[in-house]
Amino acid sequence: MALFLVMMGYIVYFQVVQSRDIIRSSYNARQDSYADRVVRGDIVDRNGNVLAHSEVQADGSEVREYPYGSLFAHVVGYSDQGKAGLESEMNFELLTSNAFFLEKLRNEFQDQKNTGDTVVTTLDVELQQAASDALGGNKGAVVVMEPDTGKILAMVSKPDFDPGAVSANWEALNSDPDSALLNRATQGQYAPGSAFKLVTALEYMRENPSYDSYSYTCTGAIEQDGTTIRCYNGHVHGTVNFRDSLAYSCNASFCNIGLSLDISSFRNTAEDLLFNSSLPSVLPYSKSSFALDESGSTADRMMTAMGQGETQVSPYHMALITSAIANGGVLMEPYLVDSVTNYTGTEIDKNTPEEFQTLMTSQEAAALKDYMTSVVQYGTASALSGQSYTAAGKTGTAEYSSDKEKDHSWFVGMSNVDNPDLVISVIIESADGAARAVDVAKQVFDSYYY
Amino acid sequence: MVNIIVEVSKYLMIILMTVYTYLCFSIFGFSDPDRKQRLLRKQNVLMFAIQLVAYMVMYLQTEDIRMLGFYLMQVVLFGATILLYTNIYPKVSRLVVNNMCMLLCIGMIMLTRLDYENAVKQYVIAAGAIALSLVVPVIIRKFKLLSEWRTFYGVAGLFSLAIVVVIGQVSYGAMLGFSIGGISVQPSEVVKIIFVFFVASSFKKSLEFRNIVITTAVAAFHVLILVISRDLGAALIIFIVYLAMLYVATRQPLYVLAGLGAGSVASVAAYYLFSHVRTRVIVWRDPFAAYDNGGYQVAQSLFAIGTGGWFGMGLFQGEPDTIPVASEDFIFSAIAEEMGIIFALCLILVCVSVYIMFLNIAMQLRSMFYKLVALGLGTCYIFQVFLTIGGVTKFIPSTGVTLPLVSYGGSSLVSTLIMFAIIQGLYILREDEEETIERKKKERLRAKRSGQEAKARAGNAGNVPERPKRSGQKGQEKGQRKARKEQRIR
Repeated sequence: MALFLVMMGYIVYFQVVQSRDIIRSSYNARQDSYADRVVRGDIVDRNGNVLAHSEVQADGSEVREYPYGSLFAHVVGYSDQGKAGLESEMNFELLTSNAFFLEKLRNEFQDQKNTGDTVVTTLDVELQQAASDALGGNKGAVVVMEPDTGKILAMVSKPDFDPGAVSANWEALNSDPDSALLNRATQGQYAPGSAFKLVTALEYMRENPSYDSYSYTCTGAIEQDGTTIRCYNGHVHGTVNFRDSLAYSCNASFCNIGLSLDISSFRNTAEDLLFNSSLPSVLPYSKSSFALDESGSTADRMMTAMGQGETQVSPYHMALITSAIANGGVLMEPYLVDSVTNYTGTEIDKNTPEEFQTLMTSQEAAALKDYMTSVVQYGTASALSGQSYTAAGKTGTAEYSSDKEKDHSWFVGMSNVDNPDLVISVIIESADGAARAVDVAKQVFDSYYY
Repeated sequence: MVNIIVEVSKYLMIILMTVYTYLCFSIFGFSDPDRKQRLLRKQNVLMFAIQLVAYMVMYLQTEDIRMLGFYLMQVVLFGATILLYTNIYPKVSRLVVNNMCMLLCIGMIMLTRLDYENAVKQYVIAAGAIALSLVVPVIIRKFKLLSEWRTFYGVAGLFSLAIVVVIGQVSYGAMLGFSIGGISVQPSEVVKIIFVFFVASSFKKSLEFRNIVITTAVAAFHVLILVISRDLGAALIIFIVYLAMLYVATRQPLYVLAGLGAGSVASVAAYYLFSHVRTRVIVWRDPFAAYDNGGYQVAQSLFAIGTGGWFGMGLFQGEPDTIPVASEDFIFSAIAEEMGIIFALCLILVCVSVYIMFLNIAMQLRSMFYKLVALGLGTCYIFQVFLTIGGVTKFIPSTGVTLPLVSYGGSSLVSTLIMFAIIQGLYILREDEEETIERKKKERLRAKRSGQEAKARAGNAGNVPERPKRSGQKGQEKGQRKARKEQRIR
């Protein structure tokens, strides 16, 4: 008998607490039947700019309009020919009407549809536009976040597509060799290149409390067990300490560091930073992988330490790691939906910032931030120095093929270092040297501050 | 406009169901038979009202005239069931009859909504099974030696188990039954009833340790066979039913604890030994992660319940057809989706009320054999309810059993109706017993009085006393004979 009481209690608990999250699953085909009774709600940015809106035609059919065209193609997504992005994740809210009940009753009597709820995102049209413009025609992705809240302010993936014409272009989009439908920000898998040196540096700091006294003489290359790794463009950095190694992104020095690291401990640190594990994410994403284990060869160990090898990461994940560094080691739960209101603006549901997990100690975060400042001040990201805002970050160049001329260009960083406003993660695929991720970051920061 | 009617009737049905459920429990508080009678009749009115509203809504939605015809057929069936039961057996438990009809009625509504053809099939089986069940109390009354057939139950049980095994092997456990003339038969349904009779007769025979060990071994064998043939639900039911019967027979909590301990060990072993057990547990822990490996059933069920919410989507407004085996194992989810969680919770309470009545009956029975049968069958019923509802709501791992009387399925329906009828038969027997006892009391009183009178008179006149005979000599003898018989049964 008690079992039954517990079970009924559980059913009530299920309905009150769990069901909202469960029925939102995209496996739930029931949502679509709501469309018979509800006009799909709007999606707006944090300032109320409309990103997606349903226009009801004279014949009663609905046309989904995207006023910013392809600008929000991946993050807001599309809603015909299947659904993607927020259109998919927030489908349930968009098709639920929390309009005033008398109005709903009147509509029922007149056999008219109710208007679905509005999804207020954390996105910012201006930042999104700046990021998109900065990427230009390059393939790549940009993620901009607020590190102290976890709000995602911009998420761009290129190439993009017109979300209003997905049905019409379906064949072409699906056979697209550049896979424009893929959200590179969360689902792209790239070698992190030198951006990964932040992780290697963190591990070295954990293993060697006296990391400040580290010194290494760079001759432009390092050779160990028959494997030779060169610094970028064969540059000779001379005698470098720990800070310089990161600022100049000295490959030889980091290979040297990598060879000294305990592999299982290295792996643990990477996993602390959410490699090989699930990420907090509203949108579908790919897990990042850190593959090095005890059986790794000398070459594997050197490559991994400098971000090459088997390691794979998404721009979104790098933004999360950088957010944790910017926010004293604490990763805030990242979110894209600020609130859900009914169509007249009355709030139904509100997301508030929540801590997700502490990825590193505040001392470790402060030290990394300090080193990242040096990267901007005198290292590889000096393009960001001398502005009215301060910046910190880490560049990366990831080789991905035998074509040495073309590399992925990475930048992860933050603005207003003492109390970071923005965190950014940029990747430009197969950049030929002219397009640099750090310049994209600069344009986004500039648009925010100027 | 139809929308409005559907919406309003949805709430109306919930209110009717809530009142009905309230009556199921409040009735235990009244001792006045007239008052009880009124409440029980009120329950019938409520049931017919729910049925009327439901079929009206379904007719409006489908504009299928067959709905109305089918509705009338059901009114006849339920009306006849209530009238026949109460007239043939005035001493039957009205509450159980009412609830039996209510559960059938809800099942028919949902089945009609899901698949009209199946519902009609179910109707035919239900009508046949009810007719059959009407005979059962007579059999119970006539065959006073049911408790002596231990060997027969044992052999019959093993035989039906063997059928389970053969089928389990032939179909690799995908199907637990075979079909005869379009009606599926699940031997494990029969196994449960025979098992209860076996255990009851065995404990009635002897409660010595040796006998308990033998009975336990047979029970464990049942469970093992059922687990191997992948009928986890039936295996669990047999296990729990056996523990309940063992406890009531011996009053030894130690046995139950030992049984639970052995059960836990066995479940862990089963988890590692059988992949189908493991799958159930994995799906239970996260049906969404295991979506493509069997998790979709539970996931769809949760979608249905969650989307329906407290008040449901309304009949024909949801998509219960997307739930796999919606009319059988997952009918509870379909009901919750379209009629609402409140309605579904009431449904659970109705089942609980049935069980409370069964326990009541079991407790009042004086013969250990009958007591054990009533308790065993009652537990069998309620635990099956628990397994199916717990399974579809992800409260416990799903075991794939049906919701008795509500789910579609011939053998489940027939065996449950027979179970109910057996318990009703025992209840009637108890009422008889009580009557006999009352009569005996009166007789004793009368005998005492007449004895005194006789003495007095003997002292006075020495004549054979003449005293008024109200019931007549013959009747008295009959009563005494009956009482003797009852004693033998005990």
